[in-house]
Amino acid sequence: MKKGASLYLDGITVTFDGFRALNNLSLIVEPGELRAVIGPNGAGKTTMMDVITGKTKPDSGTARFGDHDLTRLDETRIANLGIGRKFQKPTMFDALTVFENLELALKAPRGTLAALHWRLSGEARERIDEVLTEIGLTERAKDRAGILSHGQRQWLEIGMLLMQDPELLLVDEPVAGMTDQETEHTAALLRRIAGKRSVVVVEHDLEFVRALGRKVTVLHEGSVLSEGPIEQVQEDPRVIDVYLGR
Amino acid sequence: MPGISSLRFNLRLLLVALIFVLLLLPPLLNALPAGHPLRVSDFVVAVTGKWICYAILALSIDLAWGYAGILSLGHGAFFALGGYAMGMHLMRNIGDRGVYGHPILPDFMVFLGYKELPWYWLGFEYFPFAMLMALLVPGALAGLVGWLAFRSRITGVYLSIITQAMTYALMLAFFRNDMGFGGNNGFTDFKDLLGVPLNTPSARTGLYLAAFGALLITLLISAHVVQSKFGRLLIAIRDAESRVRFLGYDVTAFKLFVFVLSAMMAGLAGALYVPLVGIINPGEFSPGNSIEAVVWVAFGGRGTLIGAILGAFSVNALKTWLTSFAPDLWLLVLGALFIVVTLFLPRGLIGLIKRRGA
Repeated sequence: MKKGASLYLDGITVTFDGFRALNNLSLIVEPGELRAVIGPNGAGKTTMMDVITGKTKPDSGTARFGDHDLTRLDETRIANLGIGRKFQKPTMFDALTVFENLELALKAPRGTLAALHWRLSGEARERIDEVLTEIGLTERAKDRAGILSHGQRQWLEIGMLLMQDPELLLVDEPVAGMTDQETEHTAALLRRIAGKRSVVVVEHDLEFVRALGRKVTVLHEGSVLSEGPIEQVQEDPRVIDVYLGR
Repeated sequence: MPGISSLRFNLRLLLVALIFVLLLLPPLLNALPAGHPLRVSDFVVAVTGKWICYAILALSIDLAWGYAGILSLGHGAFFALGGYAMGMHLMRNIGDRGVYGHPILPDFMVFLGYKELPWYWLGFEYFPFAMLMALLVPGALAGLVGWLAFRSRITGVYLSIITQAMTYALMLAFFRNDMGFGGNNGFTDFKDLLGVPLNTPSARTGLYLAAFGALLITLLISAHVVQSKFGRLLIAIRDAESRVRFLGYDVTAFKLFVFVLSAMMAGLAGALYVPLVGIINPGEFSPGNSIEAVVWVAFGGRGTLIGAILGAFSVNALKTWLTSFAPDLWLLVLGALFIVVTLFLPRGLIGLIKRRGA
C-alpha cells in the first residue's frame, strides 16, 4: 500500500448568498480508502469537492490533507500536494491528442522553463503507455480527445488523474450518461486504482455505488446524514426518507 | 494518421519557404539598373518592408491569441512603444542638424522651452540601449498589465477591453506635449541610423533585410515555443484553463510568460518599422490599429503562426491597393472581412488551403 496522507474535514460551512451549501460538514478519508459519497441534488457533493481542491474557500471549519491546511492554498498548490480531481462534465483538452492529454498530466516539473525544455523520456513514454492500457485507449492514442465518445472521455480524464500520480483522487459522477457495460468497466477501474491511493467518488447511481462495494457517506442539505457499508446505509430510516422517497 | 499530419507539416514548411523566398525579391529586383523591365521601385521595397514589420506584429498576436487564447486588443501599444524607443534614438542621432541647431535637445524640446534632456531620454543616444528598451519597455508593460489581469483571472472579453483601454490611455498620454515625446507631432525628420543616412538605397536595403531577419528569427522562436510542451500547455489553457490549474500548473505564470514574449516581439516590430517609414506619432497607439492587427491574424488563420504572417501581407496588400483609389471604403471592407472570416472561414486562409490540400 502506498503511504499517503489522510483527508480531514471538520465543521465545514459554505454559504452562497445566504444558501448553506455545506453545513458543518465533517468527513475523514484514510489513506488507501475508496469512499463513495452519495446524496440528492443540492446535497453539497460538488461544493465539498470545490473546498477540498481550493476552488471554494469555506466560511468556517478545518480542511486538512496530512499536515497541509487546504483552506490556505490555491488549486495549483493543492494539485501539487497530490490531490487530483475529475469533473462531473469530463474536462480535457479537445484540440490535443489522447497521448498529449496524458503527457500534460504526467507528474513532472510544472514550471514554464521545464515545459519549454521538456523531452519525452523513454520512462515517461512507458508510463503513458501503461495508463493507456489501463484505461483501454491504446488504439486511440493519436486521436484528438475531442472526437472520443462520452465513456472514453470519462476514462481519459481518469487516466489523466493517474498520470498525476495523486495520493487522493476526487471523482465526480464518473458514470453519468454511461451504458451499463461502461459503468461496470469504470467500477472495476476505480477499484483497481484504490488501495494504491485514496479515492472519493461522488455519485447518484446507487447501482454503481453497490458495485464499488465500499464505505458510503450520505450527504443531505450540506451535512453528513449517514455513514457506513452500503447495506447498513440503505437500512437507515433517515436515508430512506430523503433519498429513496418519502 | 501520421501520413496526413506529416503531409500537412510539409505543406506548411513549403509555404514558409515560399513566403521567405518571395520576400527576398523586392530588394534584389530593386538593385537592378534603372530602366530594367524587372526592376521594382523604391516604393515597393519600402511598402514590403513595412508589411514585414506588420507580419512580426501579427505573429506576436497569434502567439498570445491563437495559442494561449489571450485576445489582446492593445498590441498596437507594444508596437508603438518599441517604435518610440527607436524614434528617441533617431532623434538623438540628429544632433545639431535640427532646425534650431541645438547640439543635444531635439527641435520640439527647444520649441517647448526645455533647458535640458529629461532623465528618461538618457542613454538613448546609444543604439544597443535603445534596442534593449524597445524590447524591455513593452515587455515590462505587458508584465504589469498581465500580472494584474491574469492573477485576478480576468479573461475573455474583459481582458480585451482592458488592453484596448491601455492603448487608448497611452495614446492620450503621448498626445500631451509635456510627456516629452513630441506631443501629437511625434518624431520625424530622422537623419541616420548607425552612421548610414536613412534616405540612401543601402539604408533602405539594410532596414529591409533587418526586418526580414527579425521575421525569420521571431518565427523560429515562436515555432520552438508552440512545438514544445509549453505550446501544448498554451492550447490547454486556451481550451480549459481551470483543468490546467487542477493538473498543478501555475496558469498565471504561463500566460504571463507568453504575453511578455509576445509584447517584446511587437516592440521589436515597432522599432524596425519607425526607421522604414520615417515617422512615429501617437496615432500608432490608436485602438483601431490594434483591432486591425487582430483582423490580419483572424484572416490568415489563428493558431498556425504562418497564417498570421500570410494574413498580415494579404490584408495590407488589399489595403494598399484599395486605399489608392477608394480610401473611404477601407474601414467598411475591413469590417466586412472580419465578418466573412468569422462566419465562413473560422480557420482563415490557412484553413482554406488545408481543406484544398486534404
